Amino acid sequence: MSSPTSTPVGSKPSSDGLASPPSQRRRGQDSSNGDLPAMPTSPATDIASPAVHDTSLFSSPRRSVLPSEVDMSSPLIGVRGTPVRQRPDLGSARKAPQVDLHTELPSADGAVASEQAAGQKLVIWGTDVNVGTCKEKFQRFLQRFIDPTSNEDENAGLDLNEPLYMQKLEEISVIGDPVLNVNCSHVQSFDADLYRQLISYPQEVIPTFDMAVNELFFERFPDSILEHQIQVRPYNALKTRNMRSLNPEDIDQMITISGMVIRTSQLIPEMQEAFFQCQVCAFSTRVEVDRGRIAEPAVCRNCNTTHSLALIHNRSAFSDKQMIKVQESPDDMPAGQTPHTTIVYAHNDLVDKVQPGDRINITGIYRAVPMRENPRQSTVKSVYKTHIDVIHFRKTDEKRLHGLDEDSDQKLFTEERVQTLKELAAKPDVYERLSSALAPSIYEQEDIKKGILLQLFGGTRKDFSQTGRGNFRAEVNILLCGDPGTSKSQLLQYVFNLVPRGQYTSGKGSSAVGLTAYVMKDPETKQLVLQTGALVLSDNGICCIDEFDKMSDSTRSVLHEVMEQQTISIAKAGIICQLNARTSVLAAANPVESQWNPKKTTIENIQLPHTLLSRFDLIFLMLDPQDEAYDRRLAHHLVALYYQSEEQIEEEFLDMAVLKDYIAYARTYINPRLNEEASQALIEAYVDMRKIGSGRGMVSAYPRQLESLIRLAEAHAKVRFSDKVETVDVEEAKRLHREALKQSATDPRTGFVDISILTTGMSATARKRKEEVAQALKKMIQSRGKTPAMKYQQLFDDLRGQSKAAITKDMFEEALRALADEDYLTVTGKTVRLL
Amino acid sequence: MRMWFVCRFCCPAAQSNSNPEWEAKVLEYFKGQLKEKESHSWVPSLNDVPLHYLKPNSLVKFRCLVQDMFDPEFYMGVYETVDPSTKANVLRCGKYKDVTECGVDLNSRNTVTAERQTFYCVPIPGESPWAKEISFLSAARVVPSTSYVPSRQKRSYEEDDDMDTQPQKQREPHTGGGTKWCHRQETEAPSSQTTAPSDCSSHLDLNFPLPGERGPACLVKVYEGLDSFKLNDTLEIYGILSVNPVLTVLGEEKDPSLLLLNPTESMETPEEQRAHDPPASLVPRLHMLYARPLQHNNPLLPSAPTEDQSAFVSSFLVEMASVRAELLAYLTHVLLGDGLAAEYLLLHLISNVYTRRDVLPLGKFTLNLSGCPLNSYTERLYQIVQQLVPCSYRLSMSLHTMNSMRLVPKKDYVANRLVSGALQLARNTSLFLDETQLEQGQLDSSGVRNITALGNLISWQKVDYDFSYHQMEFPCNINVLVTSEGRSLLPSDCQVPLQPQVTPPNMEEYLTTIHMAQFTSQINKFRVYLSLARTLDYSISDEVTKAVEDDFVDMRKDDPQSVTAEDLHRMLVVASITCSSNGWMRAKHIDMLRRSRTEQQKSLNGNEP
Repeated sequence: MSSPTSTPVGSKPSSDGLASPPSQRRRGQDSSNGDLPAMPTSPATDIASPAVHDTSLFSSPRRSVLPSEVDMSSPLIGVRGTPVRQRPDLGSARKAPQVDLHTELPSADGAVASEQAAGQKLVIWGTDVNVGTCKEKFQRFLQRFIDPTSNEDENAGLDLNEPLYMQKLEEISVIGDPVLNVNCSHVQSFDADLYRQLISYPQEVIPTFDMAVNELFFERFPDSILEHQIQVRPYNALKTRNMRSLNPEDIDQMITISGMVIRTSQLIPEMQEAFFQCQVCAFSTRVEVDRGRIAEPAVCRNCNTTHSLALIHNRSAFSDKQMIKVQESPDDMPAGQTPHTTIVYAHNDLVDKVQPGDRINITGIYRAVPMRENPRQSTVKSVYKTHIDVIHFRKTDEKRLHGLDEDSDQKLFTEERVQTLKELAAKPDVYERLSSALAPSIYEQEDIKKGILLQLFGGTRKDFSQTGRGNFRAEVNILLCGDPGTSKSQLLQYVFNLVPRGQYTSGKGSSAVGLTAYVMKDPETKQLVLQTGALVLSDNGICCIDEFDKMSDSTRSVLHEVMEQQTISIAKAGIICQLNARTSVLAAANPVESQWNPKKTTIENIQLPHTLLSRFDLIFLMLDPQDEAYDRRLAHHLVALYYQSEEQIEEEFLDMAVLKDYIAYARTYINPRLNEEASQALIEAYVDMRKIGSGRGMVSAYPRQLESLIRLAEAHAKVRFSDKVETVDVEEAKRLHREALKQSATDPRTGFVDISILTTGMSATARKRKEEVAQALKKMIQSRGKTPAMKYQQLFDDLRGQSKAAITKDMFEEALRALADEDYLTVTGKTVRLL
Repeated sequence: MRMWFVCRFCCPAAQSNSNPEWEAKVLEYFKGQLKEKESHSWVPSLNDVPLHYLKPNSLVKFRCLVQDMFDPEFYMGVYETVDPSTKANVLRCGKYKDVTECGVDLNSRNTVTAERQTFYCVPIPGESPWAKEISFLSAARVVPSTSYVPSRQKRSYEEDDDMDTQPQKQREPHTGGGTKWCHRQETEAPSSQTTAPSDCSSHLDLNFPLPGERGPACLVKVYEGLDSFKLNDTLEIYGILSVNPVLTVLGEEKDPSLLLLNPTESMETPEEQRAHDPPASLVPRLHMLYARPLQHNNPLLPSAPTEDQSAFVSSFLVEMASVRAELLAYLTHVLLGDGLAAEYLLLHLISNVYTRRDVLPLGKFTLNLSGCPLNSYTERLYQIVQQLVPCSYRLSMSLHTMNSMRLVPKKDYVANRLVSGALQLARNTSLFLDETQLEQGQLDSSGVRNITALGNLISWQKVDYDFSYHQMEFPCNINVLVTSEGRSLLPSDCQVPLQPQVTPPNMEEYLTTIHMAQFTSQINKFRVYLSLARTLDYSISDEVTKAVEDDFVDMRKDDPQSVTAEDLHRMLVVASITCSSNGWMRAKHIDMLRRSRTEQQKSLNGNEP
């Protein structure tokens, strides 16, 4: 960051107050304060100094000033006794002397804004703010500002074609919460000069706003009773977004930064007004805090006794204060550096508004306080302590509770970026482009990459809670299974790195609680707290689970709820709750016998319960194709991977950042709906799928598959940035679904696609064969006539001799079990008895 | 000459006020001076010279690792003081200083606020004793030009003479040399593991990544190029030493009555104060003028990429092949006559993550030496590796260490610092995981986390630092060597079962003899070779590409089950490390040998997966 060099005296005055370094705007001090050299003065809290003017013309700026003081604290007109609430967030600037610019500073050329009229012009010392003009402008803003395109949730229920803030004032009069939040971007679009003043001199301008709004309010609603006068809370200052970009020039200005709360302190009572009572005559007096200090009256004004006044604590006025530590949110940080933290002070009703872990946007005034000088030492540390006095908090993840997609205000796209993304979306081969940009280091596996791409986009979220079905899952779940060493883990790692809210866990090391949530004792507060696990943390993201097959059964069982209902229910240590876990699951599993056995079904190969498998929309097999041409291309790809230079790679593929933005944009702004043809196509597709099986007495599709198809089609429409799901999307969804089915639900014995492998764990042919064996066995036993007991081994041998097909011991035992279920026989040890 | 310039440039900015460019000029001057041949060796090093022999406000250098980055701070870049007697205002400069002079006029319009950042730097973790010693000795040569007490140097002189007059004399085993060095190092800071809690300064945890580390930690104030530094960078920092006792006193003298009125003082917890403002006598402040990123910390190699270095490299390249052969022979002896294992170990030692393709680190080569003889063989093996590489650490994977040790750095929000862990290592550190120490028992949750962290490190060359509310991924470049009895429980790129050709009756003696038989000059050549081979570029010709493709297809034809893409990955890494025209052939060959050996092992054991 730049370090401003010393500015030589006599330099040209900057044309407006914004550009000058803070040191030049540092306000002068009353000479009466000279006897308190060790006083912790903030450069910000001092009131007045001829800042923007070239004061080198005067030997001492104080001499020539005839301040006419404006009392910022009491906008008295029409207030009717509504008490004023102090604003510690603005510091102690309560009496601001005004300077007559016109008479005092004839040479101050560019310092005053151009609208300066001839005649007297009063501004607050150290600024170019004229209280009257400023008030007028703000009132005009309140009365006239209309934002028809507003989509903030604060404005829900307001008529967008009426003046926005007048409606808000009405709201205040009804609800009685005397706080008016003002969006700075509104101010900026209404009056850029007012905005500049607000940003540069918040300490002076905000009280002026307060005055203005109270005048206006009590004029309109003269009968309303408020707890205290209305306070204006601006937010969304465009000045600074990132904690990292704060620099000395931001001192004393209004800024907005985003971050995450990491620690909050206890409540600190801060004295605002001290109450003194004379020990001799009981005369009492009040002294206000001035820049963090209280001047104890030395003499009683009533009885003239010296040093007789004592502080009465419980009659003094205190305000609440809280220290909050905010850390840079991980998305804002450059790689390889540690996050910065900033100290924030919250005052009065903003205390305890945020909790550790909250992601917030803070609007406040940036302060720097020099280290206290120790009278016993000749030197002092040359660093300032910095903090932010908060004016407004805005939680960015607040809406998570409402179940809306909250990415909307987190990820901001510049105009150009949106343009590039839209251009990309307009390309006919965008789908192929994106899928090939996904994990370029992994060779081919086109369909799998396409599946994952659709998973990244996800379907459209629908709410059927009125009809009693609850939320309709929009997330696509994918299972990858296959031979070890087919870069499944690598694909998972890639996805995990691509999505903002991704989690990566391995089935081997994770437990059920690690995935869901657990209750633990907080070491600091000694209270029970709920710690969330990977699935909850990846809400609205993707949870990558490696080694899915190595997971214990109890762990896997929690996934049932997550993968369909998208919630996690917890009943532990007296905490009973249901957490949202709207996460897509991308899992990878290895076959049980380390190599995929093509003679077995998917279920048999990976030994996962079919109830779980049916919750995956797509199940892909990643097999070694064992084909010469493939091998050659693979080898070529890998050699290139190792030896190609960085630039060559970059030319070939889309940037990961573009891909990220593309996905984020589509997820936020595109919500495709089915159009008529697409619905018809989906219905047909589903009926066709059902038909395939019905011919052979099997069910080859369930409503779940239809839902999968819809999700995939919606995701594909999102890839195209289309608001309508069209037939092309359905076609692709069908193709991909079939492709995945072909791989995973093919009956190895017949070669047909059979969805029942996934839904019941056994193919229809296998079930049929089981029945046949049982019937053959029954027939055989019946043909023997009345023999109450038989030897097990003998029966097995007989059956094998009789049957044409080979019968294994497993099959024989299954047949016995089937007959036992029919109550036809019982098996005890080595003998089989008829009943 | 050093201190002179510092003083003149840093104190009164008032005089040079007419020339605001002075800051840039200072840097230029120092950079220019330090470019001059040998000039950097004039500057005393904090690594070698005890802190109390260094003059405050003098120019020093520090070879270190950025362990933590604190928040940026604002300071008075220029301030005005009022002389109480003459009432004269004087402009002063606050840059490169921790404290201001008395009588600061806080309301002066000439005050300029500037920004700087503090890095917490520790000596490079796991730096081998030989590397420290050599750099110490080379520093000792220039001792006369600095101003610290000469009586301290007597011993160094003697040793220096020793080295010069009898270069061929066999040196004592290096462990001895290392401890001696430690005695000399009086700035050693007690780390919490090694000292009793009664020690007066034991409350001050200097936050070294590895247990038992010593050396000064330093708070480095950085003024320029903040964005160019990253956590875990290894740097050689040239800066101005500041040990003003005021820094310490300020923290302790706290008037509780003032806390209420000046709440800015209370916002720091005592832990935070301790972490951010430790006594300057233990953790000196260093105001950075100039920092040179270190590609390696091998003192035998010129560190700066100058003509000097390229000349050195090209001269060494001539004997590269012969040195490699000798080193291979040496390692073969060490690995009990197993030539194949020795070749793999050599390749492992010079491997380097040279780039990343999306998430995939390329060039990593984690070696699993299985079938290691028990009884402290692995320990001796580590000592020999330590003799060869400039940075290393042996993690004995006993159940207790895995359960109790902190491997992953964790952010401590109370003290507002990153508490280090054993995996916070500099690039190209050799991490020696000794799995033979593992006994039966139960890993607890932190043990499982540690194993997962090691697995992540090996597979992806990254460590996920724990920031409590989220994790942050820091890529790393660490050479991991796993020694185990059977197959390791950790993943690895390459497993080589050790097949000892000799079975010496006394292992200890055998290895010591091998080690003693090498001349120091020879060992030094090995060291240079290992550091240099790692930095060489790899390239491949079209014919080789073709050959690789053909070979891969052929291999798959013979036995598609046993040759997978993973095998090709491994062979390509080996080929690129081997770094010669027939790299691929060699890679194929040794991989075949290795494979037949693992097959053999499998059929012997029968039940291994």
